[in-house]
Amino acid sequence: MAVSLTHYLVVAAILFTIGVAGIILNRKNIIVILMSVELILLSVNINLVAFSSARGDLVGQVFALFILTVAAAEAAIGLAILVTYYRNRGSIAVEDINAMKG
Amino acid sequence: MAVAFFYLFSAIMLASAFMVIAARNPVHSVLFLILAFVNAAGLFMLAGAEFLGMILIVVYVGAVAVLFLFVVMMLDVDFAELKRGFLQVLPIGAIVGAVVAIELILVVGSWAIAPEGSAPLGAPMKPGLTNTQALGQVLYTQYLLFFQLAGLVLLTAMIGAIVLTLRHKVVKRQNIPEQNARTQAGVVEIKKVPFRAGV
Repeated sequence: MAVSLTHYLVVAAILFTIGVAGIILNRKNIIVILMSVELILLSVNINLVAFSSARGDLVGQVFALFILTVAAAEAAIGLAILVTYYRNRGSIAVEDINAMKG
Repeated sequence: MAVAFFYLFSAIMLASAFMVIAARNPVHSVLFLILAFVNAAGLFMLAGAEFLGMILIVVYVGAVAVLFLFVVMMLDVDFAELKRGFLQVLPIGAIVGAVVAIELILVVGSWAIAPEGSAPLGAPMKPGLTNTQALGQVLYTQYLLFFQLAGLVLLTAMIGAIVLTLRHKVVKRQNIPEQNARTQAGVVEIKKVPFRAGV
């Protein structure tokens, strides 16, 4: 029995679910929310790479490369905003972030 | 053999992904995130994407995870306090997670490639090339514009992160008009010092 496309899709689906549940469960801790977003993007990448290798098409891997780029940029910007917020407020409780409400 | 490794990598990756969201200490979360990414790199290599697997290790384990670790350790936060409402939202999180999982598994169980979608390949893999060579031949020709745009995204992220976190220190600079406007009256004062008393 070889590793089929469905195997990869199931693994990616479970990983995506873990990421979504992590965002809901750790509503207060924005660091864990950022890590959950990274997990979700990783599951998308697994899907793209699995389809790429199953169909013999390199475009999926190119897309996965771009998603990696965007994920790295997102992590850097998110953590920079977090550090600035912590300097201003002295805490990272995201439930208190409503200062930009009109 | 490949099947055994697939199950090994998948099991460790999913278990460590679960520990990322369940760990009490965020430092442990970051370490489990690193473990999840290393195992995902193994999965990528099993799928034949060696270059992406290596990039995953270099970019994520080497850069992003260390960035997370750095921020977690730099911020002095009471993490037990942040974890307080965990049990209250556990049912909601479990329900949403179960719904998403059921939907995704239904999709995975019953999908099919559209007949017209299977014919043309965007960039078919050529035999006799390594994964890195093949990827480079596609990336630098067909997707050159997107490659440059990805570079632009990274540049924006770099500038944004620097602008957000840079603190301007007080630096002494030469102010020429102010210097020229100085007069003797403004800066020199004549004091009468009493005899044997000092200023």
